Amino acid sequence: MTAPPSPDTPALSVEELSFAYKGRLALDCVSFEIRRGRFTALLGPNGAGKSTLFGLLTRLLTTDRGRIAILGADLKTAGPKALAPLGIVFQQPTLDLDLTVGQNLRYFARLRGLTRSEADRRIARELARMDMGDRVPEKVRALNGGHRRRVEIARALLSDPALLLLDEPTVGLDVPTRKSIVGHVHELASESGIAVLWATHLIDEIRAEDDLVVLHRGRVVASGVAAELAGAASSGDLEAAFSVLTGARDEAA
Amino acid sequence: MHAYAAAFAAVVWREVLRFVHQRERFLSALVRPLIWLLVFAAGFRAVLGIAIQPPYETYITYDVYIAPGLVAMIQLFAGMQSSLSMVYDRETGSMRVLLTTPLPRWFLLFSKLSAGAIVSILQVYAFLLIASFFGIAFPLPGYILVLPVLMLTGLMLGAIGMFISSSVRQLENFAGVMNFVIFPAFFLSSALYPLWRMKESSVPLYWISELNPFTHAVELVRFALYAKGEWISLAVVAGTLIVALGLSVWGYNPQRGMRIGGGPGGER
Repeated sequence: MTAPPSPDTPALSVEELSFAYKGRLALDCVSFEIRRGRFTALLGPNGAGKSTLFGLLTRLLTTDRGRIAILGADLKTAGPKALAPLGIVFQQPTLDLDLTVGQNLRYFARLRGLTRSEADRRIARELARMDMGDRVPEKVRALNGGHRRRVEIARALLSDPALLLLDEPTVGLDVPTRKSIVGHVHELASESGIAVLWATHLIDEIRAEDDLVVLHRGRVVASGVAAELAGAASSGDLEAAFSVLTGARDEAA
Repeated sequence: MHAYAAAFAAVVWREVLRFVHQRERFLSALVRPLIWLLVFAAGFRAVLGIAIQPPYETYITYDVYIAPGLVAMIQLFAGMQSSLSMVYDRETGSMRVLLTTPLPRWFLLFSKLSAGAIVSILQVYAFLLIASFFGIAFPLPGYILVLPVLMLTGLMLGAIGMFISSSVRQLENFAGVMNFVIFPAFFLSSALYPLWRMKESSVPLYWISELNPFTHAVELVRFALYAKGEWISLAVVAGTLIVALGLSVWGYNPQRGMRIGGGPGGER
């Protein structure tokens, strides 16, 4: 029986993490922490290494270089059990289109060991939170992209995760749907105390009060509160700061 | 323990549900062996006599001979279909949902294999029921004793398919690979003709068929349907299952990596 982590333990701690695909370095000594109850944006252009990082955080990939700890539990030594506090929304859609919303969620709930009654209770709760309470009997194939994403977020929340990982969850969605989903997840972090890691290349999804980790060419080029990072740029906005951070690196390269 | 049982039940439930939703799949799974049984075998029963050989204690007609081979064929196709669905699941991303469950990976893959085997058993019993309407029936204990054997052969064929699926990167490549697995496995086996017949025409082909694990799956099913054991075949099937399962777990090992990212080719 292991002792529960202290309240000061970060939800996620990444230390000097490196990963290479056949000799090509995709992540280079990446380090950052995610605090509980905080929305942390992982900002980086396409090819920055965000999805590789998600692969490592979810054990779809492994590396010997560096350390990942979820609520203090080392992913390497704790094994698959360390994934229990995670809720994951992958960049790629992962719902079974031929099954209904309810069947998809029930499948996941049972995978996570929930009893039938507990699963039904949480499915109703999470779908209501996503304004999807009346969609249980509908086939996923009949839903639009935004609703499918909401179902995936609801699914990720079924296991009451302490840490929610979302890998570019708004890719391919229209602007109003994007805003609505971003708003929902921000509310989740502030109201329920879940730590959120939101990977994106879209600056308008980040709020001034969010924690921010900027990833570029496999390296963390800046981290801190978004407003403070924006303040460091002469124009004072995040977009300019991001251009400076990534542009300067490109020039140096 | 509850978490393991719940996850196992969830994987089986999803696979059965997907199968029930795909009526065409069920239909084609039945039509294929029935055509072999009712058309091919009916034509050949007049020209091909089967000598008395274990497990048979009397002369039998050709359609009775090939029925166990067709049972194994159903499982062969089901095993490959289930591995095809694994490539599909990997491409659509739902394999990630399974593999990020906080349980050991070997157990998750074994659950997936078992689910595929259970679906194939449903197809086999539907086939045996229809075959009995056409007079191709087996002793009653055989129908019960064949159940654990079907689980074993279903797992073995599924494990072979799973290993192939772990090494196939794209759905389009899978169909080509299957042509090199399903047809040789089926035709170079005792499913359609006794191996001594094969030996009369070609000794090398006889030996290839003798070493083919699918031959042993067919023979194990054949003997079990007559409530008898075939121990060498049992050992070959069990051994092949262990090796193929080991290779599958290795194939889905995160050390080897999965395709990561969302777009075609995936972001890295």
